[in-house]
Amino acid sequence: MINKIARDVEEAMEGIADGSTVLIGGFGEAGNPTELVHALIDQGARDLVVVNNNAGNGEIGLARLIQAGRVRKLICSFPRSSHSHVFDDLYRVGGIELELVPQGTLAERIRAGGAGIPAFFTPTAAGTDLAAGKEVRMFGEREHVMETAIQGDIALIKAEAADRWGNLIYRKAARNFGPVMASAAKKTIAQVRRIMPLGELDPETIVTPSIFIQNVVAIPNPVSERDSLPALGRGVAA
Amino acid sequence: MTGWTLDQMAARAATDIANGAFVNLGIGLPERVADHVPVGREFILHSENGILGMGPRPAVDDEDMELINAGKKPVTLIAGGAFFHHADSFAMIRGGHIDVCILGAFEVSSGGDIANWSTGNDGVPAVGGAMDLAAGARSVRVLTTHTTKNGKPKLLPRLTLPATGLRVVDRVYTNLAVLEPAGDHFQVLDLAPGIAMEEIVAKTGATVIDGRPA
Repeated sequence: MINKIARDVEEAMEGIADGSTVLIGGFGEAGNPTELVHALIDQGARDLVVVNNNAGNGEIGLARLIQAGRVRKLICSFPRSSHSHVFDDLYRVGGIELELVPQGTLAERIRAGGAGIPAFFTPTAAGTDLAAGKEVRMFGEREHVMETAIQGDIALIKAEAADRWGNLIYRKAARNFGPVMASAAKKTIAQVRRIMPLGELDPETIVTPSIFIQNVVAIPNPVSERDSLPALGRGVAA
Repeated sequence: MTGWTLDQMAARAATDIANGAFVNLGIGLPERVADHVPVGREFILHSENGILGMGPRPAVDDEDMELINAGKKPVTLIAGGAFFHHADSFAMIRGGHIDVCILGAFEVSSGGDIANWSTGNDGVPAVGGAMDLAAGARSVRVLTTHTTKNGKPKLLPRLTLPATGLRVVDRVYTNLAVLEPAGDHFQVLDLAPGIAMEEIVAKTGATVIDGRPA
């Protein structure tokens, strides 16, 4: 019987190697697999390359992973926020590498990674500093920049519900990077609020089909990043 | 009181958006355009994190941090709204499906270049979806004060800050005027109440030409 549901987060994290590229879902405070990231900290892998839209909030989740010194390089579009002091402080002293990528290019590089497309040309960033050093070609009298695919060794994502095959549905705007990241990693681990019996998820509404998922962990009541922020004395989210 | 207030600027920009348009509003000042949709018109708001049919901010008790906008603030979904993943969201942007985007800006050049992602200082750089919007929206419009807090012109012959996009801006709405980048100058399309052309000339770094209908 196929059963991708892990006993606990520790079991799901087994075998993650030092130096891995880890895709982490979420945008702002929506869709962050905070419990999985904390389990990755406990698991101990180091020297990681992390792909996420942002650079963590407060001192939980990705921010805590960065704080723990596990991240060598961050690939992201918008590291700056009112709660990104962990990353900001480390970046200013040269303690972490940053590859800044326009948000749509980031999403498409990950999508390409999952779709077997090694590179593509995009008009985004043509003529700007973020295209520096990249191959440029003209299509239809317009400049396009070559961007390469991103693939992960691991993807950590959050969804609303799963079945034992790993089919996923999401909730509202927490979907964000989940479906593309799920397709682009050798091993994708999804934390979900609910596990449904096989056949109970409406096939017409499944967003991520089971083929992209290797492990599912039930986290019925995930931590709210926002609830953890006022305690830091840094005000409310911008 | 001369010139437009921030809300009047937003309202002025809203009057130029056609019924049925798919609209993306940048973080900050452009978000106010949503509060000034002219009576009888319907815009469908796109949020880069995966929402079409974004509605206004909810009551505090109804806030849901899984329903937020690009600025990470809680929003609502109106009837007809839909959710989708990030690659689809930027396919809408890059693929030319967004009719209008309204961005904030540090600088706009008379050639239609925009700078709004980097102040060129040592701080932590952040770009988000600005370059994708600049490259992909069918019409890129800018909503910004005419000058910086220190009174320096934001509308210039050439950018001094790192570009977000080149030759993409169609129209600029400021507290003093509505202008169109026209190559080697800005064409003035409309003036705010109590504002004369002389003031626009004085507060614009590039050449301006009065292009208002006679």
